[in-house]
Amino acid sequence: MSEPLLEIKDLVVEYHTDEADVHALNGISLSLDKGETLGLVGETGAGKTTTALSIMRLLPKKIGEIKNGQILFEGENLLDKTEAQMRLIRGESISMIFQDPMTSLNPVMRVGDQILEALRLHRPDMSKAEQQKKVDEMLEMVGIPAARKREYPHQFSGGMKQRVVIAIALALEPKLLIADEPTTALDVTIQAQVLQMMSDLKTKLDTSMLLITHDLGVVSQTCDKVAVMYAGEVVEYGRAEDIFLGKQHHPYTEGLFGSLPELNATAKRLSPINGLMPDPMALPEGCKFHPRCPHCTERCKKEIPAVHQDGEHMIRCHLMDKEVR
Amino acid sequence: MKTEQTTQTVTQTYKKRSQVSAVWHRLKKNKLAMLGLFILCILIGLAIFADFIADYDTVVVGLDMSQRLLTPRLEHIFGTDQFGRDVFARIIHGGRLSLSLSIISMSVAVAIGACIGAVAGYYGGRVDDVLMRLMDILLAIPPMLMSISIVAALGQSMINLLIALAIAYIPVFARVIRSTILSIKGQEFVEAARACGTSNARIILRHIIPNAIGPIIVEATLTMGAAILVISSLSFMGLGIEPPAPEWGTMLYEGREVIRSSPYLVIFPGIAIALSVMSLNLLGDGLRDALDPRLKN
Repeated sequence: MSEPLLEIKDLVVEYHTDEADVHALNGISLSLDKGETLGLVGETGAGKTTTALSIMRLLPKKIGEIKNGQILFEGENLLDKTEAQMRLIRGESISMIFQDPMTSLNPVMRVGDQILEALRLHRPDMSKAEQQKKVDEMLEMVGIPAARKREYPHQFSGGMKQRVVIAIALALEPKLLIADEPTTALDVTIQAQVLQMMSDLKTKLDTSMLLITHDLGVVSQTCDKVAVMYAGEVVEYGRAEDIFLGKQHHPYTEGLFGSLPELNATAKRLSPINGLMPDPMALPEGCKFHPRCPHCTERCKKEIPAVHQDGEHMIRCHLMDKEVR
Repeated sequence: MKTEQTTQTVTQTYKKRSQVSAVWHRLKKNKLAMLGLFILCILIGLAIFADFIADYDTVVVGLDMSQRLLTPRLEHIFGTDQFGRDVFARIIHGGRLSLSLSIISMSVAVAIGACIGAVAGYYGGRVDDVLMRLMDILLAIPPMLMSISIVAALGQSMINLLIALAIAYIPVFARVIRSTILSIKGQEFVEAARACGTSNARIILRHIIPNAIGPIIVEATLTMGAAILVISSLSFMGLGIEPPAPEWGTMLYEGREVIRSSPYLVIFPGIAIALSVMSLNLLGDGLRDALDPRLKN
């Protein structure tokens, strides 16, 4: 295959606050091929959303700074683009779905006009009638009667709002769709519908997707590749089969799976990972996970673990060395 | 009963009430606001059709010494003043001046204030600091004093009065709009618009200002009432509209000389001022309630 659609190389992002510098991303590398779905999993504060915002170049001005690394999109480094060039890429080639459909639609604009806005911005050559037709098509595609385009967001339910958001994001048939926890605010049945619809549309339009979530069930359903993030690092990365069925795992991934409630088990308590995410202003030395790791050794406290590669399956842990040996 | 009806129409046509009619519906329930709107409509109607009711040159400014200081009667329902001019006709034509002046000056103040407030609120940081400190300087001087000094500096004319009012009220609007925008800017749909490749100017104009329109309308209505008062006060002090133009404040000033013998010369213009200011305040309060999304349904 040719080069990947999106490739992130050694990305380092810091937030500068009044008290200290927050190390949000500490050198993450990811790649995503055309038509693939990459799941980004991890606890709150692991840097998932920061990764997404870095790709869009939408980190808060002055506070967020990309210190190092490259984000290659179709071979071009997005970090070298000017703001005007980025505006053409946003929406057109990369679009983003936000977490909360309740607030990501403008409450005083008709939903049809909000879809239309994307078309007006990026397809000025289309005639008004064609644009309107496209709006109708997009709404029908996400399962909303086109006649409802004249309604306002408050007249829709949460699931329908999220579908409108998806319609906006896909109206320009982007090459990459970044979905930041698209189903977190929805209930489980609607979640399933929306996910199903998203993967259908993805196949139909041949879009790649970066799915950010902390729901492992969602990941298993939709993703081709999975990256597990912890404290601004990718600790495990591989094909979905490797992550869900593989023999070796990063202790953190094991912990994540261990904390899932099981339907047929009778345990009184869940078994979560002990402790909290480290303070990103003062990250621990060595392996970032060592204070919470059940297999922690002296070496983990001092040395940053090397990457253990097994085919496409990547694990960043000292334990792996021993086993390979 | 009513809800049944609405649900039916919804299922039939997929069409629901638009924002404007929803606000109107809520406003209709507020009796005081409707009273304000009613009075305001009558005042505006009288102002618009003033020429049909009384001719400006002969009745309003033309002197007729044989008719001076007549008490209210059938042919002069509000009486006549010391120059024999019909007070009712003068009040109607005066309303034309007061209302149009306050509307124009408010529009100018809203337009400029909205731009300043929007830019300051949206960009934040140093831009915000510089613009808002400038506004604070203007705000430190009460609108009344501000207008007096501007008119005194520029000279007495209608245009200067307009400029004075606009400048005096720009900081008020800039502040209101900035604070509204600060709360809107953090919302996700703004970020979503940015993620769609929308430019800053477009985000401000298409996404943020329409969301801030409620507070702007309310503030503009309330401030219009205050502006009418300032216009009248300035005219009373001889700094606003020059006689013989029939401004309410000017009329008060002229009536002052004969207040003992003909108090109606002061009473009727006073009532006109009070009514217009009160109706604008009632309407403004009503609009504030009607436009508040938290009070929906």
